[in-house]
Amino acid sequence: MEIIAQHGHILLILGCIFAFFMAWGIGANDVANAMGTSVGSRALTVKQAIVIAVIFEFSGAYLAGGEVTATIRKGILDPALIMDQPDLLVFGMMSSLLAAGTWLLVASMKGWPVSTTHSIIGALVGFAAVGISIDAVNWGKIGTIVASWVVSPLLAGTISFTLFMSVQKLILDTKNPFQNAKKYVPLYMFFVGFMIGMVTLLKGVKNTGLDLDFGFDSKFLNSMPIGILIGIIVAIIGGYMLSRVKENTESGSRFANVESLFAILMIFTAAAMAFAHGSNDVANAVGPLAAIASVIGSGGDIVTKSALPGWILLLGGVGIVIGLATYGFKVMATIGRKITELTPSRGFAAELGAATTVVFASTWGLPISTTHTLVGAVLGVGLARGIGALNLKVVGNIFMSWVVTLPAGAGLSIVFFFILKASFT
Amino acid sequence: MADNPFSNLFGQSPIRPIQDHIKVAHKCAEQLAPFFKASDADDWQLASEIHDQITELEHAADDAKNNLRANLPNSLMMPVDRGDLLLLVAAQDEIANITKDISGIMLGRKMRFPDQLTDLMHDFIRTTIETSAQAVKAVHEMDELLELGFKGHILEVVTKLIEKLNRLEHENDEQQIAVRAALFKIEKDLHPVDVMFLYKVIEWVGELADSAQSAGGKLQLLIAR
Repeated sequence: MEIIAQHGHILLILGCIFAFFMAWGIGANDVANAMGTSVGSRALTVKQAIVIAVIFEFSGAYLAGGEVTATIRKGILDPALIMDQPDLLVFGMMSSLLAAGTWLLVASMKGWPVSTTHSIIGALVGFAAVGISIDAVNWGKIGTIVASWVVSPLLAGTISFTLFMSVQKLILDTKNPFQNAKKYVPLYMFFVGFMIGMVTLLKGVKNTGLDLDFGFDSKFLNSMPIGILIGIIVAIIGGYMLSRVKENTESGSRFANVESLFAILMIFTAAAMAFAHGSNDVANAVGPLAAIASVIGSGGDIVTKSALPGWILLLGGVGIVIGLATYGFKVMATIGRKITELTPSRGFAAELGAATTVVFASTWGLPISTTHTLVGAVLGVGLARGIGALNLKVVGNIFMSWVVTLPAGAGLSIVFFFILKASFT
Repeated sequence: MADNPFSNLFGQSPIRPIQDHIKVAHKCAEQLAPFFKASDADDWQLASEIHDQITELEHAADDAKNNLRANLPNSLMMPVDRGDLLLLVAAQDEIANITKDISGIMLGRKMRFPDQLTDLMHDFIRTTIETSAQAVKAVHEMDELLELGFKGHILEVVTKLIEKLNRLEHENDEQQIAVRAALFKIEKDLHPVDVMFLYKVIEWVGELADSAQSAGGKLQLLIAR
């Protein structure tokens, strides 16, 4: 107790620094993966991608990031067991942030495909199981999270597979692909707008203080009309943008014109991707910080029910944006140059499949890896025989790093935990 | 920052290199028309220059083939079967190989077709090159095949192209029979060893068209799944 009272401010400031470091890392690396597809398919320039990422990462984090943050903050540990040891919780959360951040830094330098989400979960489980007790970990929840790591790439793959097939059927494999693209692409845009609108309404209303009641039974149904309205507005804006594209009959390939329409669609899916990424991954940085802040704010109590302070999500959002602006653009440019295999018609299917999956996981409060989900989505398009060549060895590496990251994050956080504990007591 | 896992996910697509390869092989085969003209005119200086070009193109095709094979590791997930793809490249490569064999032996022996055969041979060479050009056309559609996930109406388009390829090859066979028949009529008046090699060259020209047809067949295998 005295530790919290005595060092409360220092601990909080340190926590903020570690969380910012983590958020910076997410912005620097992860966002590039999420947005690289749009840049790689030449639908967006790096600059445009940055602008979209900044706006939608931030709104995703702020409007829909609360649920996953809650999971990281109090879903993984059993609060009953650490009720009387608030200082251990603070140290543990700090060491988890530091461990995950360090591991990410090492992995990025070595080029290992690790996930921010996996690092932080590994770190949390590590300090809790070793530093407190095996029972302090909410193993049931961990089981659900690990299961979601398996399911999310599969689900994203299935969605993008279906999307790509529908594009072929409705647009590409027809007599007049250009006219059909103008007709059907707004439908996909509607879906993007509807999905983001619904998630914002369902999860973000708490922050905005908006109350919707159309007299339906459930919150979901109450959000429907506005969700549909947002979808329609997005589709109308998109439709207007599409109508300005004129068919260029001079062009060599039959599909070049169609792809220019899909490039417009990709602006929307890129926004969805950034939103989804913000909503899920901001928690990796701010979840532990929220736990620290709540303990310190209440003077040493572990409060199970407390609202998530807005400034914490803000800090995470700003950290991501700064990471993106200072370093992420370089990574994005590199990825963008390398991914030439994705035309907009394929890239959009991959992005939308991944974004939908991630946004759903966010609403369920499940922390999943955006990169892995996107890889699953790309494989889905590949299985639809849509991509010239995919390197399955990379998929194997990703799976391996998946397995390695958990103990690595755990080990580091255990080490940091005992160092922090020793230096403050 | 080392390699990014996400960008490494994408391997080098084999479609473009395959198209480039058959273009080079066909360019090689095209040289046979001027080569035969030079041989008819007994201009061995010119023939030798054209043969050099053929050799150069054949090497370029070999390089393209090796490069393609080297970039097709087992771990690559492709929309087409790896084995079928390699068979297609092999068939394409034969076009260049046979061309080089023809020009090589004709130059070495300073072979000239008898005047009675000149017109027939001219037609025979022309359809051979047309057959090879048709194979290029079919392989060129792989772009669009990929765009459509190797299904849909584009399959019909490719099937039609391959049908025409088969017709051309058949025509080529008929011409080969005609040239042989014409040679048979006059062979007694010629030197026996020369006649032997004339038959050989006629056979090879026919084989060149066969290879082009075979490439089309492999393409059909590739998309028939």
